[in-house]
Amino acid sequence: MTYNFAYLDEQTKRMIRRAILKGVAIPGHQVPFGSREMPLPYGWGTGGIQVMAAVLGPADVLKVIDQGADDTTNAVSIRRFFARTAGVQTTTRTAEATVIQTRHRIPEVPLHEGQILVYQVPMPEPMAKLEPSRAETRRMHGLAEYGLMHVKLYEDIARLGHVSTSYDFPVMVNGRYLMSPSPIPAFDNPKLGGMAALQLFGAGREKRIYAVPPYTEVRSLDFDDHPFRPVRAPGVCAMCGSGTSYLDEVVTDDRGTRMFVCSDTDYCGERAAMQDAAE
Amino acid sequence: MSDALLSARGLGLRFGGITALDGVDADLWPGEVLAVVGESGSGKTTLLNVLSGHMAPDAGTVWYRDPAGARHDLRAMPAPQLRALHRSDWGFVHQNPRDALRMRVSAGGNVGERLMAQGSRNYGGIRAAAADWLRQVEIDPARIDDVPGTFSGGMLQRLQIARTLVTHPRLVFMDEPTGGLDVSVQARLLDLIRGLVARLGIAVVLVTHDIAVARLLAGRILVMQGGRVVETGLTDQVLDDPQHPYTQLLVSSVLQA
Repeated sequence: MTYNFAYLDEQTKRMIRRAILKGVAIPGHQVPFGSREMPLPYGWGTGGIQVMAAVLGPADVLKVIDQGADDTTNAVSIRRFFARTAGVQTTTRTAEATVIQTRHRIPEVPLHEGQILVYQVPMPEPMAKLEPSRAETRRMHGLAEYGLMHVKLYEDIARLGHVSTSYDFPVMVNGRYLMSPSPIPAFDNPKLGGMAALQLFGAGREKRIYAVPPYTEVRSLDFDDHPFRPVRAPGVCAMCGSGTSYLDEVVTDDRGTRMFVCSDTDYCGERAAMQDAAE
Repeated sequence: MSDALLSARGLGLRFGGITALDGVDADLWPGEVLAVVGESGSGKTTLLNVLSGHMAPDAGTVWYRDPAGARHDLRAMPAPQLRALHRSDWGFVHQNPRDALRMRVSAGGNVGERLMAQGSRNYGGIRAAAADWLRQVEIDPARIDDVPGTFSGGMLQRLQIARTLVTHPRLVFMDEPTGGLDVSVQARLLDLIRGLVARLGIAVVLVTHDIAVARLLAGRILVMQGGRVVETGLTDQVLDDPQHPYTQLLVSSVLQA
């Protein structure tokens, strides 16, 4: 049997595109949309996949990463899904891709104009854990009342001496809307602001889409006397020797031996290949 | 009349067949404490909710005069402005401190919340203000990082007061602030409230069923029965020489220790 291009029917894609356009027009604002049942379970990135289906064209080159890696189950499944339903070209090279779907990371290599970065979002509401009522959080967004979020930061500093949130660190977009950047490490937060590529966020279960247009100001929340600090494991990549990339810690045997490697496999692979060529 | 901080004219509110407020007039001048007394169901709390803009009356108007001197009709005030007012220039002290406090946030965070809501972004400054206010309400500043769950009932109420006063409001609404506390703790709390109110010059609308609390704190008193104001005047005058039969009953039913 054959699917419609990129699986979703054209009416649904139009509906999602309208939500995306509205999201781009109001950076950081969560736009509700009629999320569809997808042939993957919730939690696998159904929001990102629907956004992807709506923006994908036949000439696009697709890259999918999961925690920075191109070769994990989630990334492979989604890449295959679109290769089959849309017949688009796929790649693992960040620079060559026109559309990148990501889960929990922003690629190390800066993105360029014309690229689209699509995030999978489990919980679009940044204040979900602090204020149980969605009606109330919507009101707080409407009136830009974000003091509560700082209470959380205050508590962290009072108890631990620093802000303990290391991923999904809330940001202010364009000086107006508080936004969850999806569970990317706080290390990636500085890349959100002023990015040349368009950033789209899709939450399938929560039925929300939001966006950060290119070159938009995005600031991580902080206090004047406790500025935001991106955290990175102290070490260098065992494969490519990078001292600036975001690292995964990998346990290599049963005796607790461990090493650090880049979480971005494409970045790491290219650096290693360049070093090999130089030798 | 025109320089009243808050003034209400002809307030009426019905809940189905029940008349909660019926033609209530009230005025509150800057720096004054106005007590609203009456038995349960007499409309005291409803009056407080209407005066503070939490409830819209069926009839009548509540006017508020802002620090710049402009008068605002509460019902015509847009929601964001009213919420901003509640965060800064106004305060609300609930009978049950657990309704107002965030029980899983430390004492310092609770006191600092209103500052952060107003845009304070300096951790050291917020913390210093919180410690200072804990001291003012006689809570050991060393407990700044403890959660309210570890506090006694009296301390919780004092913490709620610190949290409310940290933004230096001009007007505070208090709903039975000493209810549910034992007598000695009540006395200490009353002493504290009286001291703070006098020192900071805060105007207070105080709802209470306890005549003694009204006598201790309030300059003027408003006696309510069945949604109507039956008597009003200076506290000592009303309580020493009650004119209305209901006020006489209220005063005479106070137990003499």
